Amino acid sequence: MSDYKDVWVYVEHKEGAFTPMSYELFGIGRKLAGDLGSNLCALVIGENTDELAKEAGFYGASKVYAVDGAPFKTFRAQAYAKAAAAVMDKYKPDLVLYRSTTQGADLSAACAVALDTGLGSDAIGLEIDGAKAVKMTRAAFGGRYLVGVVNSKTKPQMATVRPKVFAMAERDESKQAEVVKEAVTVAEDDLRTKVLEFMRSEVQVNLVEADIIVSGGRGVGKPEGFKILRDLANTLGAALGASRAAVDSGWIPQEHQVGQTGKTVKPKIYIACGISGAIQHLAGMRTSDCIVAINKDAEAPIFRVASYGIVGDYNQVVPKLIDEFKKKLVR
Amino acid sequence: MKIVVCIKQVPDTEAEVKWDLQKGTLKREDMDAITNPFDEFALEEALLTKEKYDAEIVAISMGPEKAADVLRNALALGVNQVYHISDPALAGSDTLGTSYALAKAIEKIGDADIVLCGKQATDGNTGIVASEIAARLGYSQLSFVGKIVDIDAANKKIKVERSIEGGKEVVEAKLPAVVSVLKGINEPRLPNLMGIRKAAKVQIPVWDTNEINAAKEKVGAEAAAVKVIELTTPPPRAAGEMLAGEVDEVSNLLVEKLLGLKVIK
Repeated sequence: MSDYKDVWVYVEHKEGAFTPMSYELFGIGRKLAGDLGSNLCALVIGENTDELAKEAGFYGASKVYAVDGAPFKTFRAQAYAKAAAAVMDKYKPDLVLYRSTTQGADLSAACAVALDTGLGSDAIGLEIDGAKAVKMTRAAFGGRYLVGVVNSKTKPQMATVRPKVFAMAERDESKQAEVVKEAVTVAEDDLRTKVLEFMRSEVQVNLVEADIIVSGGRGVGKPEGFKILRDLANTLGAALGASRAAVDSGWIPQEHQVGQTGKTVKPKIYIACGISGAIQHLAGMRTSDCIVAINKDAEAPIFRVASYGIVGDYNQVVPKLIDEFKKKLVR
Repeated sequence: MKIVVCIKQVPDTEAEVKWDLQKGTLKREDMDAITNPFDEFALEEALLTKEKYDAEIVAISMGPEKAADVLRNALALGVNQVYHISDPALAGSDTLGTSYALAKAIEKIGDADIVLCGKQATDGNTGIVASEIAARLGYSQLSFVGKIVDIDAANKKIKVERSIEGGKEVVEAKLPAVVSVLKGINEPRLPNLMGIRKAAKVQIPVWDTNEINAAKEKVGAEAAAVKVIELTTPPPRAAGEMLAGEVDEVSNLLVEKLLGLKVIK
């Protein structure tokens, strides 16, 4: 077990640049490496990774393991997992962190099986616990409980990390990483999947990364109601969310849904309009920094988690908010 | 074509959560339980696929005795066969142990073309097990699937749409594949009375670890790598402020407060 050392972060990239939330991974990775007295290393897989490897150095990685090649042009779990597991098996990291994105989830699961090791998913807390094992905190049951888990049995320890929980690392161009290039061959014929096409989403629904979300529920009452919520969202540069009730009523597409069967979000401001605050909805947004609730029903449970509450009709309040913000926001 | 659907029984989100603090596991037997909401979409997708392409559906569920309920519901909806994977040795398995046992059961069933799973379960929320099953069996790993575009069983191919960050990805894959589906891929149907009556009479076969050729040392709480060591409730949110008054007044006040956070630019 003592062969295993260093904290690794698996960094995702797109069109030649790291995805925005990779920087949080460098942030928490560097902190844990410091606490453990070990090094922060980055794992980059792709086609033409040289610039990315250099960039990883700027964000604090002292060593970058890079796997380069045509089969890695787009993410495919099978190819990437073969590469990642081979490199991990050779260099034996103590801890590997991934983002909890679709890619992070796919890759970490495949690596966990390949290396026969435990995986914790969607960490909202990571700290060193006693004998150099990393304690990971996860939310369970819609955030009603926090569960601390540890893998003191198998190595590497692995976890995916929830976005927007940890601080980003600072970029420092004076820092340089040692780059270790690893050749992993993957024959196209052996790969089971082929990406035929990527269709960029027309409605850019990026709830997970949004700093501000305006969200509507059953109380919005009709599909047109989302028009004024969208106006408010546009005024604020916010993403548009919805509760399950609104989605199931067909007022707004499912990709807007926040909650247990939708997305988990953590914006700085969450404005809930006509949302009663069922447990399932709270599960997806209760850790938002500031929650605003606007609801006709003074007894609605949403008010119990709200930082600011207004008992009233969103039809009257939201247009006023739009006017007032427009007056005060000089752009 | 043979489809295996993995269904999990989960505690009702509204129910009181009962923990076994000693073991760091749930007292599943003592809690109100439902079919994992995401698995309802997997089950419906299996039924739709059967209707479109003709297929045999086998549903499996791993869990204590009462998990048989979710399989009975699957039978009522029209799946052909169910197996209940149940063994005290399985209790407390982590995702690695769970995916191992399910993969063993799928091997035992044999000749699966498609394994359908829900995106995640609403209790553990790991969202890992489906991908781990794929990795264990060497099947194509198709996660976050929002649409099955086409299945070509004769040529062992499937085409799906995956919802990933920023858009949709169209992927073609070889069968067999593990397909984990998102909410919204379909609208799950409810069983009809005749289905329920028929299902009520079925003796649900139980498979223990021996039956699925699973090594006992690889499953259960003892084998679990990831262990729960702490259980807390999150700190309550700080008390909020109700803004009262006329619409103009409260709106202005709220705008002031929100601008004061220096988030809106």
